[in-house]
Amino acid sequence: MAKNLKQIIENICARYQNDRTRMMDIVRAVQEQFGGVSPEAIDLIAQSTDAHRVEVESVVSFYAFLSQKPKGKVIIRLCNDVVDQMKGVQAVARAFSEELGIGFGETTPDSWYTLEWAPCIGMCDQAPAALINDVMVTNLTTDKAKEIVRALKLNPNPPILSTRYGLGDGNNANALVQSMVQNNVKKTGEVLLCDVPADAGLRKAIQKTPEEVIAEVEASKLRGRGGAGFPTGLKWKFTRGSKGPEKFILCNADEGEPGTFKDRVLLTERAHLVFEGMTIGGYAIGATTGILYLRGEYAYLRPFLEDILQKRRAANLLGNNILGKDGFHFDIRIQMGAGAYICGEETSLISSCEGLRGDPKNRPPFPPQQGYLRKPTSVNNVETFAAVARILDKGAAWFAAIGSGKSTGTKLLSISGDCKNPGVYEYPFGVQVRTLLQDVGAENTQALLIGGPSGQFIGAESFDKTICYDDLATGGAIVIFNKDRNMIKIAQEYMEFFVEESCGYCTPCRVGNVLIDKCLQKILAGQGEPSDIEYLQNLGNTVKKGSRCGLGQTSPNPALTTIKNFRAVYDAVLKPAQDGMQPTFDLKAAVSDAEALAGRHSVIH
Amino acid sequence: MEKPKIATASLAGCFGCHMSLLDIDDRILKLIELVQFDKSPVDDIKNFTGRCAIGLIEGGCCNEENVHVLKEFRKHCDILVSVGECAIMGGLPALRNGIPLKECLETGYIHGTGVYNPSGKIPNSEDIPLLLNKVYPCHEIVKIDYFLPGCPPPADTIWEACVALLTNKPLDLPYELVKYD
Amino acid sequence: MSETITFTIDGVEVKGKAGQTIMQAADGAGIYIPRLCYLEGCEPFASCRVCTVIVNGRPQAACTQPIAPGIVVENNTPEVTQIRKDIIEMMFVEGNHFCPVCDKSGNCELQAIAYRLGILVPKFPYLFPVRELDASHPYIFIDQNRCILCGRCVQASRDIDGKHVFDFVGRGPEKKIRVNAAARLADTDLDITDKACDVCPVGAILKKGVGYAVPIGQRLYDKQPIGSDIEANANK
Repeated sequence: MAKNLKQIIENICARYQNDRTRMMDIVRAVQEQFGGVSPEAIDLIAQSTDAHRVEVESVVSFYAFLSQKPKGKVIIRLCNDVVDQMKGVQAVARAFSEELGIGFGETTPDSWYTLEWAPCIGMCDQAPAALINDVMVTNLTTDKAKEIVRALKLNPNPPILSTRYGLGDGNNANALVQSMVQNNVKKTGEVLLCDVPADAGLRKAIQKTPEEVIAEVEASKLRGRGGAGFPTGLKWKFTRGSKGPEKFILCNADEGEPGTFKDRVLLTERAHLVFEGMTIGGYAIGATTGILYLRGEYAYLRPFLEDILQKRRAANLLGNNILGKDGFHFDIRIQMGAGAYICGEETSLISSCEGLRGDPKNRPPFPPQQGYLRKPTSVNNVETFAAVARILDKGAAWFAAIGSGKSTGTKLLSISGDCKNPGVYEYPFGVQVRTLLQDVGAENTQALLIGGPSGQFIGAESFDKTICYDDLATGGAIVIFNKDRNMIKIAQEYMEFFVEESCGYCTPCRVGNVLIDKCLQKILAGQGEPSDIEYLQNLGNTVKKGSRCGLGQTSPNPALTTIKNFRAVYDAVLKPAQDGMQPTFDLKAAVSDAEALAGRHSVIH
Repeated sequence: MEKPKIATASLAGCFGCHMSLLDIDDRILKLIELVQFDKSPVDDIKNFTGRCAIGLIEGGCCNEENVHVLKEFRKHCDILVSVGECAIMGGLPALRNGIPLKECLETGYIHGTGVYNPSGKIPNSEDIPLLLNKVYPCHEIVKIDYFLPGCPPPADTIWEACVALLTNKPLDLPYELVKYD
Repeated sequence: MSETITFTIDGVEVKGKAGQTIMQAADGAGIYIPRLCYLEGCEPFASCRVCTVIVNGRPQAACTQPIAPGIVVENNTPEVTQIRKDIIEMMFVEGNHFCPVCDKSGNCELQAIAYRLGILVPKFPYLFPVRELDASHPYIFIDQNRCILCGRCVQASRDIDGKHVFDFVGRGPEKKIRVNAAARLADTDLDITDKACDVCPVGAILKKGVGYAVPIGQRLYDKQPIGSDIEANANK
């Protein structure tokens, strides 16, 4: 057995040239094969890759999908996102738990099943949802959960579930996807979710010089679609201008912002367009390698995407002298993530691609100067690449004419929560919140979360505002809450998400989010005081200003923006403490252990 | 005019902070001129006789009686001061905070090195206050107005603080007087 | 001669050399910017965030941010001080810092910065985590209760000692230091002469048998605030 382990691990490492920068692939493969990366396996990987064991352990311990303790052969990861909570995931959780006879975080004694919670898995429009190994199961009910467990007990092969409940629309039914996931495209637009001619943008791009391609992108005023909104053309110009013979194009397909799922739909229905955009990017900045960083949750799309890459190679859309353009060589590989929201942050994504923990890097240097393997790198969003391909085909002027002011083109919005028609909507920039609420069939709306929990909660006073970079900026996640929802509870649940997903590198984010979460829990327990508002605001300010990357620089937003825009909700529950006592101290709870041990009751409460 | 009253207590502490208070040497005579001691181990008055201007608390809260005393102090004192590391953060008694209560008691009374206890029982009588699940800093139980760190706080710190509070002057301790050990 | 760059810190004109960070230039000018994770001779790690300054209105870590002509740096302002106090207080509540029984007390940089900032008590609730202690090594012990996750030992062992005795495992609040062995520090190649044994700013990595060598009153930060040495450079 031990010899077998050694042989298998050596083979896995050899498959990746014993290259420690491919550590993610190696540890993922070991995890898949053995259900865990045991201490023994860590030693063997370290030997094969000439790394220290603690470096390997460091990586394994970082990602939610990796573990040292072996997990069951079938891992059920139930999504506990806020939207899933709203759609009744707690009852579904009980059903799974009862049917399997285990609690969350546990594995059945026969080592077959592990039950876990997972943060947003990108299925808010079909919540509650779960990931069973690589298979997505959606629209869960208690009955469906029980049925799934029973079906798996008869045949513990998760892919059988997809056909059992009917395949989804579009390419979800493709032989290489075979998923019950629905695209739920509710509004098509004129840029992305329309008929797009194959590789027209790429063909036109290679007629131009790389500088002309960048100029075209700059003229279109395209800005990053991931949320930060950095001008794409400028990023490419910097990357192209950086010294170094080797450059990289990275596609950020790690969409993990709770409430977002539009990249999933783009990768399912417009994968060619995304790869085309990456290829154009490679041409523009002078890169020969592109990497698509795909979040671990979307592993079910991998065979399909690999096949498309293969087809593109066969059609000379990738490879050497692409489309006959002398000297234009470019290829793309897919790097799988393993369950870490932070890897959507561009420098964390780079760390992860390098086979490291998903810690963000210090800036400067910025990725266009020194990114992947310390070489000039441009990291762009899935939607950005797709838009680039369209811009090169139809022209910058066409694109710039769509949208509003400085926000050109269209934006894909993932809309979910309290509305009749959750799904993906393509709107020109400048759409009013009010219009959007009407289109999705939202009634009795109390609040919208614009841009996911790292964005902001807005209320009715902002329904005349518009979606664009200068007004309500968003990477695309929009969650709707009706008037029955407790906004403090919602904010607290999102803070819990940030606590889980902080990488822990810097103090303000690692500790501050825990403290904000604690304070919100205290308020929810009826122990809040008026002074908590200032406490949260000051603490939030320190976390935002002190944190090292975008996660901590935005993570206090659920607390801060609910305080700002839903102050009355807080004021209604905050009351000054009585007689100088601390409302958080609960004597009854504090003496309960001693009471049980002594077999008598406290005399003073 | 009646002299303002001052009360002191040692909760889960070692009386070191009280020793430090006595360490103000002959200034204690000046202090007596300024204040009258109420409930305090210094004069052994067990119950509050009236409203106090200042309450000095040494020690954190490790049992229900500590909580009771602390709450009494909060009710009777205008200004409540946490004196020393134990009051401020639990101090040495809080080293047990990571250990389950049962284990603490069993180690202390049954299995611990050097323990002689033929009965094999953990003392249990109504006269013994029940322990809390962990040792609490005082300000996590009641509102505390001032904090004097140190183990113990130097006599000068306690003196400066008392004088400032009694004369309504801002408490601005020099660098040398703020230490956590 | 490298190019001289002029900028201001709290309104005071400071001259630095091109390529310097704000912290380096400030040090040269005798202006102390508090720091905990920064380790001379290694790349800035930028994990503690205590050196946060406001540069032209934007918060930056002084240890990584390069100087540029005319930048306006805020260092000793109420807002920056508040951020630093909060960060230091976070460290105190995140771990178990029992100063009265720590050998490092008086020479501890975390404690010293807290003294300098005039912190009497953290405003945050104590988290009292349960953490490990590894005393397996004959000469060194690690007490995770006191670890502030600055990364100095990780960097020193890797970049100065040429080993890799320490690294981080876990993430978020679960993040902690791990040793390069299946279980214990004793099973690593750590030597007492390693730089990694000397760099811990707090009492998390300490040498055995040398505790309380200096009497109270004569320790590093008993009388002089941390940063006094840097401030002595002013007007030189």
